[in-house]
Amino acid sequence: MSDRQRGVLPGFGLSMGFTLSYLGLLVLIPLGTLFLKMAAMSWSHFVEVVLSPRALAAYRLSFGAALSAATINAVCGLLLAWVLERYYFPGKRLIDGLIDLPFALPTAVAGIALTTMYAGNGWVGQHLASLGIKVSYTPLGVVVALTFVGLPFVVRTVQPVLRDLPVAVEEAAASMGAGRLQIFFRLILPELLPAAVTGFTLAFARGLGEYGSVIFIAGNMPMRSEITPLLIMIKLEEYDYAGATAIALVFLVASFATLLFINALSLRVGARARTG
Amino acid sequence: MPRIFGRQREKPSSGRARSLTEPAPVRWLLTAAAIGFILLFLLVPLLLIFAKAAEDGFGAYIAAVSEPYALAAIRLTLITAIITVPLNLLFGLAAAWAITKFEFRGKNILVTLIDLPFSVSPVVSGMLFVLLFGAQGFCGPWLQEHGIKIIFALPGIVMATAFVTSPLVARELIPLMRGQGTEEEEMALTLGASGLQTFLRVSLPKIKWGVFYGVVLCSARSVGEFGAVSVVSGHIRGLTTTVPLHVEMLYNEYQFVAAFAVASLLTVLALVALVLKSLIEWKTSERGAQR
Repeated sequence: MSDRQRGVLPGFGLSMGFTLSYLGLLVLIPLGTLFLKMAAMSWSHFVEVVLSPRALAAYRLSFGAALSAATINAVCGLLLAWVLERYYFPGKRLIDGLIDLPFALPTAVAGIALTTMYAGNGWVGQHLASLGIKVSYTPLGVVVALTFVGLPFVVRTVQPVLRDLPVAVEEAAASMGAGRLQIFFRLILPELLPAAVTGFTLAFARGLGEYGSVIFIAGNMPMRSEITPLLIMIKLEEYDYAGATAIALVFLVASFATLLFINALSLRVGARARTG
Repeated sequence: MPRIFGRQREKPSSGRARSLTEPAPVRWLLTAAAIGFILLFLLVPLLLIFAKAAEDGFGAYIAAVSEPYALAAIRLTLITAIITVPLNLLFGLAAAWAITKFEFRGKNILVTLIDLPFSVSPVVSGMLFVLLFGAQGFCGPWLQEHGIKIIFALPGIVMATAFVTSPLVARELIPLMRGQGTEEEEMALTLGASGLQTFLRVSLPKIKWGVFYGVVLCSARSVGEFGAVSVVSGHIRGLTTTVPLHVEMLYNEYQFVAAFAVASLLTVLALVALVLKSLIEWKTSERGAQR
């Protein structure tokens, strides 16, 4: 392609060159080593590590907890977006600003705060303990930590859609005798759903790889409350680089599948918006 | 102009016709549920950090945040952020310029590659650098021969942090600059401005709040990065422990008050980032309203 077709502005070579070298050195070469390391492994060893009962239990917990947390976030995120956009109450501005806290707060800090709060003698944990519910140092704790980490995603994807929803549609439906519930489920929810699904997937992908906030609250018992990133960490600390690589690779492929799913989804949503 | 809309509907529940909102008890119930969720997951943990930090009084707090290891951790974290943030800012500007101002094949692939670090678990990100530069890594023997230390030292911590935070500025700028097109830049060039002048005088002022927000986000993440740094740091107290790692070590040694005291510093920083974000949003929506 000649420069004329590309555009008339200067700086293409410079900006593109810097972008590609930075990306190559910092991201692509390191990622490449993962595959090189993997290629040095025998297939039977790879399968043995990747399908060991401890690894399988870790995938199960990671995917299960991330899925549960993302589901909680989808429901509560819709509720929060709705309340923040449609109702007025004192302190609303403050809460709206605080929604992004999980993006800004270091995960380790979130981890120790949630663990202390939900521990058996903690502010919230002691009340739950009297009901017989244990949160800290159980798989339930993992879900709590991942819910915190993924909290902003659905709220922030749904909010702008809800804000731009034309009032006229609701007015028309109401004037023709539709009730609020009917309007919500038949008119509003279908409009919000694509954004909510995008937010859900982002929260899920984030929760899958999360480490800092989880390791404090999980208890980290093998087979029971050990997430996959922690298992990778333990293998590294034992200098079992091959084992860590194998598990990381399987985990990475799962994460990329999620990313591709998000992209395919947003393309479909975009196409729908154009034709609709 | 979605933001202006939001402003006009400041009190939607009172401004809306009765048929367009829910009955009052339903509104209260939903609001209470939302506030309850926020309390349980955001507000109470936030308060708890400061309450635990202050548990043993002011003296203990000051002692915890000013002991030599804490100061060394703060220093290391600042150095890491001071190297990482400008690099990622340059990368973000270059990537956004190339992607939004020019047409070329494989653009979508490039955008996906830029986003890649977001979908890699922080632990795996750190591990990549151990595989490359660690004692048993690909470059390990060569580095050892030449006496260069990357893993369990500053370079490794900087690389891992830069890897994890590299998409942040680019991600903020690409959608912003895509919406702005190239007409104003082309006009400046036609009128005789040089390329650099065009960038500094025409393009940069249009994206300055986006740049600022990207830098805030990138700084917050650089300071707080835990998983990736944890892998490459080696936890050598006073030498390779950043502030989040220092918090972890204190916590694991049951020094809870000290852990929360140091954690409260990070929390204040996160709150400052949130305030700056609201400020930027208010600024940009105000400008949008004037147009």
